[in-house]
Amino acid sequence: MKLDVTYHKHDVVVVGAGIAGLYAALKTSAEVDTAVISKVYPTRSHSGAAQGGCAASLGNVMEDHWEWHLYDTVRGSDFLGDQDAQELLVRDAVPAMYEMEHLGVPFDRTEDGKIAQRPFGGHFGNFGKSPMSRSCFAADRTGHAQLHCLYEQCLKHQVRFYNEFFGLSLIMEDGVCRGIVAWDMQRGGLHVFHAKAVHLATGGHARCWKITSTAMANTGDGLGLIMHQQLPLEDMEFVQFHPTGLWKHGILVSEAARGEGGYLLNDKGERFMETYAKAKMELAPRDVVSRAAQTEINDGRGIGGQDYLHIDLRHLGREKIMTRLPQVRELALKFMNRDMITDPIPIQPTAHYSMGGMPTNLDTQVLRDAGKDAVPGLYASGECACVSVHGANRLGTNSTLECAVFGRRGGIKMLDYVRAHAGHEDLPGDAADAAREQVEHLLSTAGSNGVRPVELRERLQLSMGENAGVFRSAEGLARQVQICQELRQQYRNVTIEDGGTYANSELTEAIELGNMLDYAYVIAHCALQRTECRGAHWRTDHPGRNDKEWHKHTMSWLEGDQIRLDYKPVVITRFQPEERKY
Amino acid sequence: MERTFRIYRFNPEEAKEPHYDTFTIEVDQTWTVLDALNAIKWHHDGTLAFRRSCRHGICGSCAVMINGKNELACEKLVASLKGVITIEPLKQFPVLRDLMVEQEEFFEKLRLVKPWLINHTSPPTDKERLQSPEDRRVIDGMWECILCGACTSACPAFWDNDSFLGPAALLKAFRYVGDTRDEGLDERVGILDSKIGVWRCHTIFNCVEACPKSLNPTDAIVKLRKRLVKEKL
Repeated sequence: MKLDVTYHKHDVVVVGAGIAGLYAALKTSAEVDTAVISKVYPTRSHSGAAQGGCAASLGNVMEDHWEWHLYDTVRGSDFLGDQDAQELLVRDAVPAMYEMEHLGVPFDRTEDGKIAQRPFGGHFGNFGKSPMSRSCFAADRTGHAQLHCLYEQCLKHQVRFYNEFFGLSLIMEDGVCRGIVAWDMQRGGLHVFHAKAVHLATGGHARCWKITSTAMANTGDGLGLIMHQQLPLEDMEFVQFHPTGLWKHGILVSEAARGEGGYLLNDKGERFMETYAKAKMELAPRDVVSRAAQTEINDGRGIGGQDYLHIDLRHLGREKIMTRLPQVRELALKFMNRDMITDPIPIQPTAHYSMGGMPTNLDTQVLRDAGKDAVPGLYASGECACVSVHGANRLGTNSTLECAVFGRRGGIKMLDYVRAHAGHEDLPGDAADAAREQVEHLLSTAGSNGVRPVELRERLQLSMGENAGVFRSAEGLARQVQICQELRQQYRNVTIEDGGTYANSELTEAIELGNMLDYAYVIAHCALQRTECRGAHWRTDHPGRNDKEWHKHTMSWLEGDQIRLDYKPVVITRFQPEERKY
Repeated sequence: MERTFRIYRFNPEEAKEPHYDTFTIEVDQTWTVLDALNAIKWHHDGTLAFRRSCRHGICGSCAVMINGKNELACEKLVASLKGVITIEPLKQFPVLRDLMVEQEEFFEKLRLVKPWLINHTSPPTDKERLQSPEDRRVIDGMWECILCGACTSACPAFWDNDSFLGPAALLKAFRYVGDTRDEGLDERVGILDSKIGVWRCHTIFNCVEACPKSLNPTDAIVKLRKRLVKEKL
C-alpha cells in the first residue's frame, strides 16, 4: 500500500480546537498564517462540556482579590502547583474574562449589568475564611458559550481549519519542532504540516478509566506525540475524580449543583460531608468530596448498599433549578429518567481531569527536562499541559480558566517567536516516515487473527478503576504496572478489520488505544513511586502528606518498555505548605 | 435483553448503492443508542462508521435518524424505543460513510452569517460592557445550539434547495443580531435578505421538532424577518 502524502505550510499550527487551542489560534491569526488541526469539528471539543463556570476575582457580587483566588488555588493544589504559574493564572484571569466578554461570550448578568458570579467548591474569601462567588457563568453551559464564541472569532479571523485530522507524529530536527504529521480521518492520507511553531492543545486523558466524565475523544493523543519524541511528562499520577458522576454513565452532574446548594446524601439520608469537611461541607474541594463519597460506598452506606449516593436539589425549588441548572436537570431526566425537582439523583465518583501532562514554562513552551530547557517551536496549553497551576488537585472553574489564560498567552508568545523567525527551517526528508509506518502496520493487520482493540481497552479501563482510582496502594499499583506491561505487549498483535483508508475510524481508535496504554503505564508507575497522599493521589498504605520527601514534581520519560523518572522542585513564592483542612 | 438494530451502510469507495445491515445484540437497561453503536462496532463489525464524542448531548457529533426521527444517539435510551431500531444518517447531507455525513458545507453556511459580535464602539478597558439581565435574556434559546445539524437536515426548504442557509445558521444569526451588544445587522442584511436567507423558510416547524436541545429556530427566523423589515422601513 502506498499512502498519499500532502504537504502544507503555515506559520503556526495548533493541534486541538478547544478553548486553549482556539484562543492561541485567535491570538496568532491577527498577524500570521494560522492553521488548526483537530480530530473533531472544533465545536465538538470537550471544552464545550464544561458547565459551571470560569473563575476570576472580578468582585462583581462580593469583594474579591486575586490574592484570595491565589491562596485557594495553591491550597487546592495541595501545595504542588508552581506558585509563579498560579499567580499568573489568577491575575490574568481578570483581563481574560473581560476580553471574553468583549469577544461576545453571553455571560449571565448581575442586576447592575456586570458578569454574574456564583460560588464553587474550594473558592473562598479572605484566605479561606468566608464564602465566595467567583465563578463567571453562562447558565450551566459556560464552556459551550466560550468554545463557540472563540470558534466564531477564529472564523472571523480566517484561521484555516483542518477538521477531522488526527496528529500522528511531531517533526523534530536538531531539537527544534518543525511541524506535525497528521492523518485525514475522512479521506485518508498523510498530511505533513510544515510550521514555525506548533501548539499542542489536545485536551485531557481520563479516558483510560471505565467510569469517566470525559469525552470519547479524550484519549491523550498529545501525550503520545510528546512521549514518542523522548520528551518528558510531568505529574502524571495526579488525575482528579469528580464526586458527582451520573451513576453507571460517569457523565457529569456539574459541581454547579453543589455550588447552588445541593446536598450529598447516603443511604441513611445523612449529609455525610459533615463527617469529612464539617466547615465547608459539600463545597470542599473535589478530591476531599470524592474520597468521602467513595468511603461511604466502600463502607456500605451507598443507596441500598449499592455503589452510588444521592445528590439532592429538591430544596432549591423549581425556579432556581430551571434557571441556574437547566442542563443538569435535562441530563438526569434523559439518562436516569429522574427529575431533580422532585427526586434525588444517583451519583458516584468519576475520572474527570488530568492535572499532569506536558511540562511547560510560563510562556507555554514545552520543556525537555527537569530544568528550564525548552524545545524551540513547540508549545502546549490547557488540560494536556502541566504548567503547573493545578498541582495535585484542580479547583472547579480553574480548568477553562487555565485554557483561556494560557491559550491566550501561548498565542501571544508564539507570535513573538514567529516574528523573530523569518523563514521556515527545512523539513527533514523522512518527516512522514514514522507516521507512515504506524498507519501502514495497522492497516496491514486487517483480516488477520490477532487481538481486538476492545479487549485491551476494556481490560485497561476496568483495571485502572480497580488499581489506580480514588484510593491506591502499592499492591494494586504494582499489579497495574504489570497489567499495563502485558497490555502493551499484546498491543503489538492488535488487529483491525478495516484495511481501507477512507473514513476508517477503527484505525484511529486503534492508534488512540496505543496512546492510552502508553500513558496509563506512566500513570501507574508514577503513582506507585509516590508514597504519600497529596491532593487526588491517595495512598492507603502511606497516610498523610510527606513534604520532606515528596514536595516535588515527578518527571517521566517512556523509553521503550522502561520508564525513567526525575524530579523537580515546586516553585514557592508566597505560601509555604500548611495542613489542608476544609 | 436482546435488541435488533437495522443500520444504513454505505461506503462510496466500495459500493454504488447503500444497503442495510441487521445486528441483534445483548443490551443493558441503561444503554443509549450510542452505547449500542459502540458495542456493534467493537464486537461485531469494526467497519461501521459514525461520529461520537461527549456522550451527553453537548458536542453535537452523533446526530442521526433513529426510527425516522432526528436524534442524538448518545441521549436516546434503547429502552425508550420499540421493536427493531432503524438507524440512518441525517437526511439531505451527502453521506461520507455509513452514518457519517459531510458537514463542511454546514459549517461554511455558519460562517456566511458572520457569527461574531460586531460592535463599532471600543469596549471599556479593564471592565466588561454592561448588559441588563433582561437584555441578556433576549438571546436565551439562541446561543445554546450545539450545531448537530438535526434541524437543517429536517428542513423541507433545505430539501428543496440545499443552498438555503438553513435553521442552524439562521438561529446563530439571531444569536448575534438579537444580542444587545451587537451593531452588525446592516453587515448581515445582504446574506439574510438574499435568495438563500430568511425568506426561504416556509415556517413548517420541522426544525423545532427535530432539535434535540428543544430550541426554536423558526422563532429566530421570524424575529430576523421582523428586524429586516424594520431595517428596510
